[in-house]
Amino acid sequence: MFLITCPFCGEREQSEFKAGGEAHIERPKQPTELSDDEWAEYLFMRKNIKGVQFERWNHAHGCRKWFNMIRDTSNDTIKAVYKMGEKPPVK
Amino acid sequence: MLKNLRVTTSKYIDKTSRVSFKFNGKAYFGYKGDTLASALLANDVHLVGRSFKYHRPRGIMTSGSEEPNAIVQVNNNTALTEPNVRATELEIYHGLEATSQNCWPSVNFDIGGINNFLSPLLPAGFYYKTFMWPANFWEKYEYVIRHSAGLGKSPTEPDPDIYDHKYIHCDVLVIGAGISGIMAAKTAAKNNLKTLLLDEKNEIGGSTIFQNSKHVKINDQNSSTWLENEIKELRNIENLEIKTRTSVAAYHGYNYLLARENLTDHLPKNEKNKKIRQRLLKIRAKKVIVATGSLERPLVFNNNDRPGIMLSSAVKKYADYYGVATGQKNIFFTNNDTAYESAISLNKKGIKVEAIIDIREQSNTAFTKEAEDLGIKVYRSYTVVNTEGYKKINKITIMELSSNGQSFANQEKIELDCDCLAITGGWTPAVHLFTQSGGKLKFREKDQVFIPDLYPSDQISIGSSNGDFELDDIIKNSTKSLKEFLNIKETEFDNLEINCPKDKEIRNIWLLPSDKVLGKTKPFVDYQNDATAKDIKLALREGFKSIEHVKRYTTTGMGTDQGKLGNMHALGIIADTAGIKVGELGTTTFRPPYTPLTFGTMVGRNVGEYFDAFRRTPMNDWHIENKAEFENVGQWKRAWYYPKKDETMHDAVQRESKAARYSAGILDASTLGKIDIQGTDSSEFLNRVYTNAWSKLAIGKCRYGLMLNEDGMVYDDGVTTRLDENHYIMTTTTGGAANVLSKLEDYLQTEWPELDVYLSSVTDHYATASVCGPNSKKILNKIIPDLDLSDESFPHMSFKNAKIDNIKCRVMRISFTGEHSYEINVQANFGKSIWEKCMDAGQEFKITPYGTETMHLLRAEKGFIIVGQDTDGTMTPIDLQMDWIVSKKKYDFIGKRSLYRSDTMKEDRKQLVGLITDNPSEVLEEGAQIVANTNATPVAMLGHVTSSYYSPNLNKSIALAVVRGGKNMMGQKLIIAMENKNINVTIVDPVFFDKENVRLNA
Ligand SMILES: [Zn+2]
Repeated sequence: MFLITCPFCGEREQSEFKAGGEAHIERPKQPTELSDDEWAEYLFMRKNIKGVQFERWNHAHGCRKWFNMIRDTSNDTIKAVYKMGEKPPVK
Repeated sequence: MLKNLRVTTSKYIDKTSRVSFKFNGKAYFGYKGDTLASALLANDVHLVGRSFKYHRPRGIMTSGSEEPNAIVQVNNNTALTEPNVRATELEIYHGLEATSQNCWPSVNFDIGGINNFLSPLLPAGFYYKTFMWPANFWEKYEYVIRHSAGLGKSPTEPDPDIYDHKYIHCDVLVIGAGISGIMAAKTAAKNNLKTLLLDEKNEIGGSTIFQNSKHVKINDQNSSTWLENEIKELRNIENLEIKTRTSVAAYHGYNYLLARENLTDHLPKNEKNKKIRQRLLKIRAKKVIVATGSLERPLVFNNNDRPGIMLSSAVKKYADYYGVATGQKNIFFTNNDTAYESAISLNKKGIKVEAIIDIREQSNTAFTKEAEDLGIKVYRSYTVVNTEGYKKINKITIMELSSNGQSFANQEKIELDCDCLAITGGWTPAVHLFTQSGGKLKFREKDQVFIPDLYPSDQISIGSSNGDFELDDIIKNSTKSLKEFLNIKETEFDNLEINCPKDKEIRNIWLLPSDKVLGKTKPFVDYQNDATAKDIKLALREGFKSIEHVKRYTTTGMGTDQGKLGNMHALGIIADTAGIKVGELGTTTFRPPYTPLTFGTMVGRNVGEYFDAFRRTPMNDWHIENKAEFENVGQWKRAWYYPKKDETMHDAVQRESKAARYSAGILDASTLGKIDIQGTDSSEFLNRVYTNAWSKLAIGKCRYGLMLNEDGMVYDDGVTTRLDENHYIMTTTTGGAANVLSKLEDYLQTEWPELDVYLSSVTDHYATASVCGPNSKKILNKIIPDLDLSDESFPHMSFKNAKIDNIKCRVMRISFTGEHSYEINVQANFGKSIWEKCMDAGQEFKITPYGTETMHLLRAEKGFIIVGQDTDGTMTPIDLQMDWIVSKKKYDFIGKRSLYRSDTMKEDRKQLVGLITDNPSEVLEEGAQIVANTNATPVAMLGHVTSSYYSPNLNKSIALAVVRGGKNMMGQKLIIAMENKNINVTIVDPVFFDKENVRLNA
């Protein structure tokens, strides 16, 4: 079970958090302009990488804030956490 | 005749404290300090069980948690009985009753033993091959399998014992209190680190504590004496907590570990009462030191499983630690030096060692020399080719090996009598926990062991779990690792003088040769699951290549012992047969728990009413006083219906439904999710999350909204009220409240951070009483006389602030039943008194409390959906025939684009319709499948019934259903195919009652 450092609250047990899938997928501003394929790309397609992955997490049983996390899914190392809207601190 | 094989004294056995116990119904005694295994062996009982598949007689093999055979059922009480307990770990206590598992009618005679003679018919994959066809025979097979298999019996009544959970945070966790674990714990604690030392045994010290060889010395002291002094010092160190009888079950990522601490299992029966039996420790350690030791390997040869065949280390431990001779004519069979060490120890205690059979050509260490000096006959370059003796070994046959170890030097066979054969095939580091944590192993060719290589977290392995088997290596390497790991300059173990024999050789032959063809032999690899070398080779011949597949096909390593003894041999035999190296083959995955855990330990105190949290409304006491039946809705306890005297549920619901339609009913709606929405962009926010338009909703008005997922599927619904310019209160479904809030927060924080909107869950802050029916207005008028209830002032779908006495409340005129109705929302702590006021005021109108069942019936009459009952995450608003609520004008809302995907626009999607039955009194089953033609093969499934009731107001059965293309099938006849009959139905409009909504304004 991970120890996750919420950017607002500090280090907490994983059980306080909810994973929210891949990060940095922006909801299209003008969905109606998109073709079915383009919309499907946004709606369904996720990378699900074995390796370094950018993810969204929510401190659901804490401050309720969403934030981003960089995690290596092959060994569960958390490389960084950062607030929504911030640039990833590492590649 | 009972023999007493307690041959020597031991400081770990308290001979002044006799303990009586029963095994298989027979009374025995042992001493305080004995395990069930040591006490049975002292009574000359070796035969303790039958093997799983062939029902071969099996005896105690080991002295620890790796035991594959001596698995017993403890206690015959139906609530307390426990299967799969290892006799080698179970400490005896007054009143202990244990029985053999897997042998019926008794261990000495059992019917399943016939399988042994039928064994040519029971090859690897037997169950897969034999019991597959014909499919309709499965029920018969299952009966046979369940009857003859099954490891033990589960308790049939609730467990009365108390279990507990505890969180522990420490700087350093040391797993295993052998010599290296003790050194580690002492070093860590003395360097001001909060340290926890765990060991699965009742005493710490590992195997060094009963080490007595004159060749093994630390600072010129016997190593056991040296360690005893260390342990004495250990007990007085601050920062250090020691827990014995504590087995680490799981090692997860981020140094999170689960351990089971056994608190009362060793106590006499009358002292166990009311104490916590076992405690699950949830440990978060900054650093972990794995010092779990190593497991001795057996040797794989024909008939290597008879009672009396034991691991050499176990024979030594029973003699040195428990003072028990496991035999009076012992023979050792070995590929390494440890057998000599054990043989010497036995010999010195006066326990007879007949011979040592050594597959090696030579060995010239202090141990081998001493053994020969003591006159123990050594057969070098010999192997055991057969054993005899049904219930206990009585003879072995040996032959001389050829130089390559795969055949024989000659055809001469030597027979030797014995009553105990102590075998050793070397040592396997106990890397189970290390690999559970995600550690990667490497293979060491020299002695054919997997050892830790890459650590996934802040941890190290030391001692023999790291592949150091000799005392000097253990101490020197452990000390060096500890200094690096704990970042310290020196330890008190830096300059110890250590003596131990070196240059020990090991000869590894995974499958020893036999004079017979393999097919005629029984060389067991996995004792518990009866998998032999033959099975493994068969699996390879049949094309299985991956070690994980061979494991499952042969069931090697899949018993309760997870094949701790034989896994390496399985790998070795596969590698040899396939002509590759063990290191290339890799190993199977070790999964938690290391040893079996009781369910009690896992759930701890979370049993009975504490199993899950539940939520009650402020009116709950009233519902109980008025004999409501309850149903669970998520965590809520909701009043389901209120039966009077002898009423059935059906009767009560019919009565409640009529009352609500023809006079007055009252429902506790407090569980509906309530989200308070404030901020200057609240209207825009609602526009984006609901399918309909919200900008023009006037202050004081209510509106029903449907919320979609981004994929266009209905997610939740409810009424939202505009309380003020920038203030709304949203209601959600009871079950969806938390998820809706979370979803809305998600959009606000991540997609639309520019919006000025604040969300708060206020579900628990308000109690809601919903008063409905033609007399609801009169009742409201009685309790809030100064509120203008006229349609002009207070029309349907509007809201007013009001006061009942001095209590502020929000009154909404909204309806889920189709009747004229009001929802009164008050601060939660006034909920019950407001409810009672409504009851008093409604008395003259026979106001009737109704529960969720009646609510569901009333809304079904009106064709109102329940999200989650009539929808299942695959229904769009269009599928629900709710096109009217989807705004065409709005540029965007969550899910809008998906409503125009080619798939969601298909005409033949499942769509919500009403159903009426040809026979008006026939009520359909919810979930029943709907078909058009029962003669077709296969029958096309068109959909299913989602809601179904007998409507007292229409006097007929009604149902809602989803049917493929249903929208265009009005009036069409369909069939509900049930097990014993077909029910004819007709598709109708889903609104059954008061289509014109005249009652809302009545
Ligand atoms: Zn937080």
